[in-house]
Amino acid sequence: MRPVAVAGVGLTKVSEHWEKGLKDLFTEAAYKAFEDAGTKEIDALYVANMGAPILQDQMHLGAMLADALGMRGVPALSVGAASASGGVAFHEGVKAVASGFADCVLVGGVEKMSDGLPEDVLSILAMAEDQEYTAYTGVTNTGLNALIHRNYMETYGATAEEIAMFAVRGHEHAVGSKHSQYPFKVAIDRVLSSPMEADPIHMLECAAVGDGAAALILMPAEQAPEGVEVAATSVATGPYYLAGRKDILTFDAVKTAAERAYKTAGVTPEEVDLVEVHDETTIAGVVSLEDLGFVEKGKGAAFVADGCTLRGGEVPTNTFGGLKARGHPLGATGLYQVGEVALQLQGRAGPCQVEGARVGLAESLGGLGSTCAVTILRRG
Amino acid sequence: MSVPRYWRETKYRYRLIGQMCAQCGSVMFPRSGVCSPCGSVDLEEVKLAETGHVVTWTVVRNPPAGYMEYAPYLVALVELDDGVRVLSQLVDIEPIKMKTGMRVEAAFRRVKVDGNSGIIEYGYKFRPLIE
Repeated sequence: MRPVAVAGVGLTKVSEHWEKGLKDLFTEAAYKAFEDAGTKEIDALYVANMGAPILQDQMHLGAMLADALGMRGVPALSVGAASASGGVAFHEGVKAVASGFADCVLVGGVEKMSDGLPEDVLSILAMAEDQEYTAYTGVTNTGLNALIHRNYMETYGATAEEIAMFAVRGHEHAVGSKHSQYPFKVAIDRVLSSPMEADPIHMLECAAVGDGAAALILMPAEQAPEGVEVAATSVATGPYYLAGRKDILTFDAVKTAAERAYKTAGVTPEEVDLVEVHDETTIAGVVSLEDLGFVEKGKGAAFVADGCTLRGGEVPTNTFGGLKARGHPLGATGLYQVGEVALQLQGRAGPCQVEGARVGLAESLGGLGSTCAVTILRRG
Repeated sequence: MSVPRYWRETKYRYRLIGQMCAQCGSVMFPRSGVCSPCGSVDLEEVKLAETGHVVTWTVVRNPPAGYMEYAPYLVALVELDDGVRVLSQLVDIEPIKMKTGMRVEAAFRRVKVDGNSGIIEYGYKFRPLIE
């Protein structure tokens, strides 16, 4: 297997892009990435998406988007792993280049959530879970997070305020970011006084609906000296039915994927300079930090409240705002995360820059911890 | 929800039937082709306990399509007295009176009316146990 590098990054702003469709957003991100990499000679296309079959009545995105890019002939497919689609597609793209099967790959994620009604978006999110025994109860994705959130507070004595600080931190980091959906601060009082979405989770503790596309160019590291080395990618699955888990406060898939990635990259959590985690809700962000090994189980919420995840803190987390403030365009999210880590390691993060960052990690969740993709990038 | 898809699950949903591994004795719900703890495929159907307690719970205020008429509604992770855990709506109790650890029992209720196929879907929900 040969070393692989991220040679180009293209991110659209996450927003409600009423005037743009799937093809428009995807093409915009892809051409930004081509320009960044200095080439558009790709020999494979991987598309990450979750909701198009419902939101746009559209399947077969590989061929559609290869054609939209003017690249007929290129092998293309879409990768589906719910909201971990981006992270899993990245893993597949890396494998193609590492194995020598491809020399230049475009991995792009796209989601147009604003095309759907709010209840349709909730149904799509619930499609990441077992339809017959989980979604059947009428529980939403946020509702599942809420079951964990309450159990976390009751088990570890964490306060609502400590957990909600995860959202406040994300918004602080997003200030100045050009591609983030909500690049402004939100006070803790505002979060805790927002309406309940699924008790005890408030609306402002949840990622919102957004449209966006993120594209990355992958090449052999020796052909991309300005690129960022992919030190490890790893994908793991975990128990699918939430009630079938002995411990709902641990995401087994995150632990497994992280262990494999740390081993492959030869790094420890202490050596990671910044991390992008999948905070679809505040509690998902907290549990992720714990299961990735950055803080002891049960202490994640206090860790966040104490400021340890701030840009200058022990573990700078969600440096462009994370799912809450950068935005969460489902299938594209995992690629925003990896792209952001690459920008950080190249010193191109502008006002969001973590000084001297050399190693960064991205964690993408599909379903509530049933798929996890972990990526570790390294530079110099 | 298509008719065969609904029909296939009725026995398990109407009667709360899970699966016991003939090799290691693990009890699972919902049914699966393989015993996840030991890997055996030697599995038998088993009736689950109909009483248990609430491990954790939430109130769904923004429901997905098809569940509007019940909102806001309670959803809980229930641990049955045989140790099996299930996700379920909780009924016959106001959210404000909910407490973790509350004893509950299975009830047979309407779950939703499917807009596309017109099926009126039934299944288990849990309600407070009167002891």
